[in-house]
Amino acid sequence: MKKTSLIATISSQGVLIALALLILFGWLRYENFLGLFNISTVLRYNSMFALVALGMCFVIMAGGIDLSVGSTAALGSVVSALVSDQGMLVGSLVGIAAGLCVGILNGFVIVKLRILPFIATLATMLAANGTALLLAHDQTVSVSYDGTFVNLGQGDIFNIPIPAIIAVAAYVIGSIVLNFTSTGRSVLAIGGNEDASRMMGLPVDRVKFMVYVLSGGLSGLAGVILASQFGAGQPIEGVGWELFAIASVVVGGTLLTGGVGSVGATLAGVLLLGLIFNVLNFENGLGWISLSAYWQSVIRGLFLLFVVILQSRLAIRKNPA
Amino acid sequence: MVSEASPYNTPLLSMQNINKAFAGIAALSSASLEVAAGEVHALIGQNGAGKSTMIKILTGYVSRDSGEINFDGAAFEARSPQDAQAKGISTIYQEINLVPFRSITENICLGRESRRYGFLNWNAMHDEARSLMGRFNINIDVRKPLYEFNTATQQMVAIARAIGFKAKLVIMDEPTSSLDEREVNVLFDVIRQLKQSGISVIFVSHKLDELYQVCDRVTIMRDGRTVKIADLKSISKIELVASMLGRDVAQVAKSATAFGNRKGKIGETVLEAKNLSAGHMVQDVSFSVKSGEIVGFAGLLGAGRTETARLVFGADAMRSGTMELDGQSLAPRHPIDAIDRGIGFSSEDRKLEGIIPDMSVAENLTLALMPQITKAGIVDEEKQRVIVEKFIARLGVKCSGPEQRIRELSGGNQQKVLLARWLAMNPKLVILDEPTRGIDVGAKAEIQSLIKELAEQGLGVLMISSELEEVIEGSDRVFVLREGKNVAEFVGKDINEAAVMAAMAHGSESETKLGNAS
Repeated sequence: MKKTSLIATISSQGVLIALALLILFGWLRYENFLGLFNISTVLRYNSMFALVALGMCFVIMAGGIDLSVGSTAALGSVVSALVSDQGMLVGSLVGIAAGLCVGILNGFVIVKLRILPFIATLATMLAANGTALLLAHDQTVSVSYDGTFVNLGQGDIFNIPIPAIIAVAAYVIGSIVLNFTSTGRSVLAIGGNEDASRMMGLPVDRVKFMVYVLSGGLSGLAGVILASQFGAGQPIEGVGWELFAIASVVVGGTLLTGGVGSVGATLAGVLLLGLIFNVLNFENGLGWISLSAYWQSVIRGLFLLFVVILQSRLAIRKNPA
Repeated sequence: MVSEASPYNTPLLSMQNINKAFAGIAALSSASLEVAAGEVHALIGQNGAGKSTMIKILTGYVSRDSGEINFDGAAFEARSPQDAQAKGISTIYQEINLVPFRSITENICLGRESRRYGFLNWNAMHDEARSLMGRFNINIDVRKPLYEFNTATQQMVAIARAIGFKAKLVIMDEPTSSLDEREVNVLFDVIRQLKQSGISVIFVSHKLDELYQVCDRVTIMRDGRTVKIADLKSISKIELVASMLGRDVAQVAKSATAFGNRKGKIGETVLEAKNLSAGHMVQDVSFSVKSGEIVGFAGLLGAGRTETARLVFGADAMRSGTMELDGQSLAPRHPIDAIDRGIGFSSEDRKLEGIIPDMSVAENLTLALMPQITKAGIVDEEKQRVIVEKFIARLGVKCSGPEQRIRELSGGNQQKVLLARWLAMNPKLVILDEPTRGIDVGAKAEIQSLIKELAEQGLGVLMISSELEEVIEGSDRVFVLREGKNVAEFVGKDINEAAVMAAMAHGSESETKLGNAS
C-alpha cells in the first residue's frame, strides 16, 4: 500500500533532497537561519499555505482542480474577523463554515451539474472574492484583540507556533486518510480512472464532493489563521494562493492528471517554496545584493517549470509511445 | 524469407531489413514488406507482431533505426504522415480521422484546395468531390457535414480523399471493423476499382475470410519479423493462423479455443431478463442465465450486446423491461446496486473502464471489495493481503508482486486481475465483455479455461465475444442479438457456426422478411 509510482517516488525524494540542500545552504550561509525565531516565523507564515495545499492535493489526486482556494481563504479571514470578539472557537468555526459553504457549492456544481472543475471553481473564486469584499466594505476588517482569537495565529505551545501545530495535525490526518482508509484509496482510484471506479461500484460522486468540501474547509481555516496572525480580515489577500498551492502539490510529485500523489511530499513542496522566499530575505539582509520580493515568484516559477518538465520526461521514459 | 512470385518482380514499395527498438526493446527486427503496383497486399499478425510499427515507419509517424525503403523507384523517406500523403502514400485508419463537422467536400479537398483569384473555388471543389464519390457509385450531397453520414460512407470519403491526393498506395488499417456485411461488399468493390486503376493497397485485417475475398498476397508478421510471404491462392486459412501463431498446423486445427469439453452441472436460473430496452441500441432483449452455465451473446458490432449487459449491471438506465436475480426483482440504478446483489462486470475496454493504471495489482484487485475489507473506514491490510495472494496464485497472475503497478503487466495478466476483482466478491453472475480481446494467444487459452472452470464451480457467466469460435465453443447457450433485439437462441449441440452467423446476419425468419421489405 505504501508504494506509489516510480515517478512519484523519484519526485518526492527529489523534493526532499532539494529541501535538505536548501536548508544546508541557509545554515552555512546565514547566521540565524536555523535560529528559533526564523524557524518559528517560517512555520507560522507557511502553515496557511500548507493547509490550502493539503486540500488542493486531495482535489488534484482525485483528478480535479480548485481555483477558488485563495478567495475562499480571504472570505474565511473576513468572516472570522467580523466575529472575532466572540473568541477563538467561534471565530474559527465561522471561518471554516464559510469555507465549507464554498466547497459544498463547488462540489455540487462539479458533481451534480457536471461542470468542469476549472470553470466551476473559477466562478466560485470570483463569487467568493466579491462576497469577501462586500462583507468587508472594501477594506481590511480589524480583529478584536480583547478575546482569545489572536492567539490562534500568534500564540505558541512549547515554543511551537499554533498554526504549525494545526497544519502538522492536518497533514498527519490527511496522510492516514489517504493511505489507510477506503476513502483515501478511492480518491486515487477515481483520479486514476473515473470510469473504471464507477464500474467497480466506488462512491465516485460522494468522494469527489468530499474533496471539494475538504478543500473549502481547509481554505476557510487558512483564512482564520490569516486574520488571527495579521490582526485583520483581508478581503484582498489570497490572490495567487491557488497557484502557490498547485505548485506545492506538483513540486511534491503529485501528478496534475490525478491518480498519483503524496500528502507528505506536498508538505515538503510547501516548505521548499516557502524557504526560497526566506532565503531571499536573508540574502537581502546580508546587504550585498538587493533582490526584490518579485524574485521569489520568478524563482518559484522556474523551479515549478523544471519539476513539471522532469515529470513529463520521466513519464515518457516509462511509457514509450 | 520466401522469394516472391514472378508477377511481382517490380515492386512499388519495398521495405527491407527494417529495425526499430522502443526503449531498448525490439519492435521490428529485419522486417520486410513488398507491394507490387496494382496489388492488394494483406498484412497480418497477432497483437505486437509489428504490423502497426511497420505502417508507422512507412507513413512517417516514427523513424526507423535502420533499413531501406524504396517507393516508386526511388529511396523513400516520409517525415510525417502529411509528407507521406504528399508523396503518394495515404492511410485510412480504423477510427476515421476526418473532420466530422465539415462538409464532405472539405474533408476530401482540405490541404489541396482549388483557388481562383486567391479565394477558394467552391464550385470546382464540390464538383471534384462529387466525381470522386461518384466513382464508388455514391451520390450524396457533398455540402453536408460528414457526421450526418454512416461509417461506411465516411470511410469512402477517406478513400476518396486519398485518391484525390493522387495516392499510389493506400494503407487500410482494419477498414471493415465497423462496417456491416453490405458495407464491406461496397468497400471491396472500391478496393477492386483501385486495383484496376493501378493503385496498390495494403490491407491490415484480423478477419481472415476477407483476405481471400480481396487480397492477392499476404505478408505474415510475428514478433517483429516477417515470417511468411505467400500467394493467397496457395495458402489455407489454417496455415495463415499457424504462421501467425508460430505453431504447427495440426495443433491449431485440433481446437481453436481452450474451452474444450465442459463438465459440471447447469443449475437453476440466476438471471432472467425480459423485454429490456434502452436508448436506440437495445430495443427488446430477453434472455436468461443459469448457475454453472456460460451464456454467449453473439452479434455484430452495434447489435446491442454490450449495451444490454450494461443494463444488467446498472451502468446505464433502463427504459423498460424486467429483470430477476434468483427470483427476486433486480433494478440496479448504479453498478454498486448490481455488485451488492452479486453481479460482476468485466468491461470490454480494460484501459478505459477496467484498470486503474497507476495503482498496484493488489489495489486493482481489492478496490471493489473495500466495503468488505474495511473496518470503520480503515482498510484491513492483512485481510487484503490474504485475498490478493490467494487470487494471484489461483489465477496464475504473472507479476513481480502484489505491489507492482498494473500498467506494467501484459494484457492477459491485467485481465486475470480484473477477473479476480469480481471473483473475490463471490458473485452469482459475472458478465465478461470481450474477455480475451487484445490478449496474446497463450494467455487467451488460459483465460478461456479459467472461465470454463468458474462455470463448472457453479458461477453463471454471461460472455460477449466478437470472436465467433469463442462464443460457439465456449457457450452452453447462445443468444444472437441483432439491431437491439434477440433474434435467435441456440442450445448445446445446436450451436454451430453456420446457424449463428446466419442469425447474426439475417435474424430469424420473420426478421429476414422484415429486412427485405424495408
